[in-house]
Amino acid sequence: MFKNPFIKQLFGSFLDLAPILAVVLVFQVLVIRQPIPDVGNLIAGTLFVILGLTLFIQGLEQSLFPIGESMAYAFARKGSLFWLLAFAFCLGFGAAVAEPALIAVAEKAADIASNGNLIEQTDAAKAGYALGLRITVALSIGLAILVGVLRIIRGWPVYYPVIFAYVCIAIMTPFAPAEIIGIAYDSGGISTSSITVPLVTALGVGLATSIKGRNSMTDGFGLVVFASLMPTIFVMAYGMVI
Amino acid sequence: MIDWLIHFALKLLETCRDILPIVVTIVGFQLLVIRKPLPHPRKTIIGFFYVLLGIVFFLEGLDLALFPLGSLMATQLTTPEFLGVPLEQAISWQSYSWVYIFAASIGFATALAEPSLLAVALRAEQISGGTIRAWGLRISVAIGVGFGLALGTFRIVTGSELYLFIIGGYIIVLLQTRFAPKMIIGLAYDSGGVTTSMVTVPLVTALGLGLASAVPGRNPLLDGFGLIAFASLFPIIAVLGYAQIAQWLNRRSLSSKP
Repeated sequence: MFKNPFIKQLFGSFLDLAPILAVVLVFQVLVIRQPIPDVGNLIAGTLFVILGLTLFIQGLEQSLFPIGESMAYAFARKGSLFWLLAFAFCLGFGAAVAEPALIAVAEKAADIASNGNLIEQTDAAKAGYALGLRITVALSIGLAILVGVLRIIRGWPVYYPVIFAYVCIAIMTPFAPAEIIGIAYDSGGISTSSITVPLVTALGVGLATSIKGRNSMTDGFGLVVFASLMPTIFVMAYGMVI
Repeated sequence: MIDWLIHFALKLLETCRDILPIVVTIVGFQLLVIRKPLPHPRKTIIGFFYVLLGIVFFLEGLDLALFPLGSLMATQLTTPEFLGVPLEQAISWQSYSWVYIFAASIGFATALAEPSLLAVALRAEQISGGTIRAWGLRISVAIGVGFGLALGTFRIVTGSELYLFIIGGYIIVLLQTRFAPKMIIGLAYDSGGVTTSMVTVPLVTALGLGLASAVPGRNPLLDGFGLIAFASLFPIIAVLGYAQIAQWLNRRSLSSKP
């Protein structure tokens, strides 16, 4: 429909936002029927989000994704186990640190924590808390990808690590401070969004295709779920330590 | 204008730090371990610059639009005037039905429109050899997310414990894993991460935090988070459940043929 890839992506970003805008609009017009404050800011912000998403996805598709995917395939096909695992860890860590949704939510979590007097009410304390949270999540995602890659190589069933993670979460929850549980449970879903999922799926499918006796359809998946459970465990541990 | 430029420059600098690890990983491994030059250096550098600008604009837009929108909806849907109950009276959880309906609609609509879910659904149709239909899978995931978010807002309103719901969900997943077709398990697990996109996460987070501050007796610190956990757990249950039903229907139609 559109020749220019940038315009096409702009339209795609708009489509991402469209269901949210539609639902909110229907509720505002039919159910709430009250004036919306700050309409100007909302419209400007929505345009910013669309522009930001467009640039972000466009940029990823011409820099990180092609290189990351070809590297994932290259490492999967040959190369030592050590470098493969090192690459898997760094990829997971780097992707999680750059994840925009995680940046935004970590800042929100720091605001909430400082309003609730959990940490000091200074900008420095808030920034420290948010960064600590993100680094914790990033470390756990790196580790999750590492274990997930090991799982594909060894051919363990996908539910072994998942059951293990579920049991860990169930055991740790009663001992973790109540204030951290909500954000800990959410952190997995937050960090597996835009950068992590495509890169990690490429790594998994690449590995499963290049190893004999593995099926890319059944063995290639399962990395993302592990990456979304591990942060819960780590963030609860972070809450216990801090 | 000057203030805004300084603010923008600071954000840009901060974002540079955020994307540094992934850039170092990709470029470092390419040059040092694979030992090949980058294939399209110019295009790549421009791409990284786009990513940088994109994150800055996106985060700025979130603060201006999506975060306020989520908390605005939470406040408007919970004011006593809107609920139609007198101020001094305690509000029961049934009065908040519009909150649940709103959360369910947001979940259903965003999941149905999610592009990465479409890709996963097509793949599932391929894996199952046509037993699982792409459309059926998308609808079941959308129902799963919608139901999950409605249940999540119900939890915030009543202030019940998050882990009871989530661990209960884990037990259901494990039971389903036992009986679901083996081919689909990995994909079903991964579908949980697929539905929490960059746009949904901030809005849903703001909705949860807004609800926890607006509903009397709730504390954002204790009750505000947890909606995303619901939104990433219930699609797994929905996909596994749909795969089981599809398999059962398929078997029944096979066995009924002479």
